[in-house]
Amino acid sequence: MATTLEKIKEGLDRSQPWMPNLFRVERIRKETYDTFTFDLETSDGAGCAFQPGQFNMLYIYGVGEVPISISGDPKNSRTLVHTIRAVGTVTKNMRQLKRGDLVGVRGPFGRPWPVEDAKGHDVIIVAGGIGLAPLRPVIYHLLAHREQYGKIILHYGARTPDDILFRQELETWRARFDFDVQVTVDRSTGSWQGNVGVVTLLIPKATFDPLQTIAMVCGPEIMMRFTVLELLKRDLTEENIFLSGERNMKCGIGHCGHCQFGHLFVCNDGPVFRYSDTADLFKKREI
Amino acid sequence: METLEPILAQHPFLKGLDAKYLKLIVGCASNVVFQAGEFIFRTGENADHFYIVRQGKIVIETYSPIKGPITIHTRQQGEVLGWSWLVPPYKWRFDARALELTRAIALDGKCLRSKLEEDHDLGYELMKRFTLIIAERLEATRLQLLDIYGDNT
Ligand SMILES: Cc1cc2nc3c(=O)[nH]c(=O)nc-3n(C[C@H](O)[C@H](O)[C@H](O)COP(=O)(O)OP(=O)(O)OC[C@H]3O[C@@H](n4cnc5c(N)ncnc54)[C@H](O)[C@@H]3O)c2cc1C
Ligand code: FES
Repeated sequence: MATTLEKIKEGLDRSQPWMPNLFRVERIRKETYDTFTFDLETSDGAGCAFQPGQFNMLYIYGVGEVPISISGDPKNSRTLVHTIRAVGTVTKNMRQLKRGDLVGVRGPFGRPWPVEDAKGHDVIIVAGGIGLAPLRPVIYHLLAHREQYGKIILHYGARTPDDILFRQELETWRARFDFDVQVTVDRSTGSWQGNVGVVTLLIPKATFDPLQTIAMVCGPEIMMRFTVLELLKRDLTEENIFLSGERNMKCGIGHCGHCQFGHLFVCNDGPVFRYSDTADLFKKREI
Repeated sequence: METLEPILAQHPFLKGLDAKYLKLIVGCASNVVFQAGEFIFRTGENADHFYIVRQGKIVIETYSPIKGPITIHTRQQGEVLGWSWLVPPYKWRFDARALELTRAIALDGKCLRSKLEEDHDLGYELMKRFTLIIAERLEATRLQLLDIYGDNT
């Protein structure tokens, strides 16, 4: 009987969501001292279509499997782009991968950011730390369909200037007249001339129409909690605030219960949630 | 001469303030400009003003002999800088330096302090507004201390 690895090597099979498909590392970029981005492709170039906010279960043979959001451009379905912070066993091993190495991919899974519902609205994106990665596909999408949206605002907070992700891209976006990009760091180091202070301090100064604005927020849970408070102070409704939840995962397809968040499964019902559906859960401890 | 009244009346910090109080505050206000690198105040100096930033960016910092200047926060257009003028012994606890050419409205704290003592309604109104700012800074500082993007949260 064929082993799992042999089955995987036979090629792409999307009918079985628990079977990883084989992708090759095509390119690796160092983003910061602990974060890197890799581009994955299939040998036949088939790639994989996804929606902004979806994630894949990435598997390194013999080490383990972790959920990682897709951080690339949804228009380019040939290449899967993931931005990963090396924090533990699997992600630190991923950092050692080289061009040509193989990675198992299951996905894409999960509910996306509401880019369709946001049409005709102002959009404020608030990202903290690695939380910018799952939101980057949203930015690509909004800018590619710029005429369909009102104001677009990005507030990004990082720990220090050395932790800022996608720095070159942020600078390019900041130079646009139709995109309000504000970056802040919690601690300044070196010759940083930008904002210092937590990301929530940027929200009171942003100009948008609160009744016609959709907010998309991703970052550590504490940061999201305080961001929501600031957005509510600016009269956004709970229905128009979307957050990305993070829980440990195993199956990624709503079977195992590992990612349970109250009555919800993050893998299936999320990772993107409407705040009004989850407000009680975000306020509770130990969920 | 251009009066600062319309500018102050529009500023979120003073918005909705009774016209007679606004006039009183305008009497204590003046336009100021700081060049990039110029200190606005230094630790230990008398805190006799606060500022409404109109343009530019200000860094609030402290100095460590080992690390040099350490940035705590930045303030920019539309924000209020300084509340030590309200709290005895009316001394600045940190340094404030313009990071770039900065224009602001300076409000004379000494002049305001005596007016707040004379008229407690005005005193309460301004105290409420400053309490909001102080609470916001406290919350932001707590979040900064939590180091939310680090490995432990
Ligand atoms: C839907 C979803 C999308 C995600 N997208 C991304 C993404 O785009 N990029 C990315 O880098 N990560 C992302 N993550 C988080 C990622 O899955 C975890 O960092 C990963 O599972 C850690 O596995 P590990 O084996 O490397 O660490 P483990 O060995 O499991 O953990 C080692 C140590 O790291 C700590 N740790 C674990 N996770 C994190 C974390 N997220 N942040 C800080 N410390 C942590 C643990 O507490 C532990 O102390 C996502 C998670 C979910 C649920
Ligand atoms: S990871 Fe198994 S149910 Fe969500």
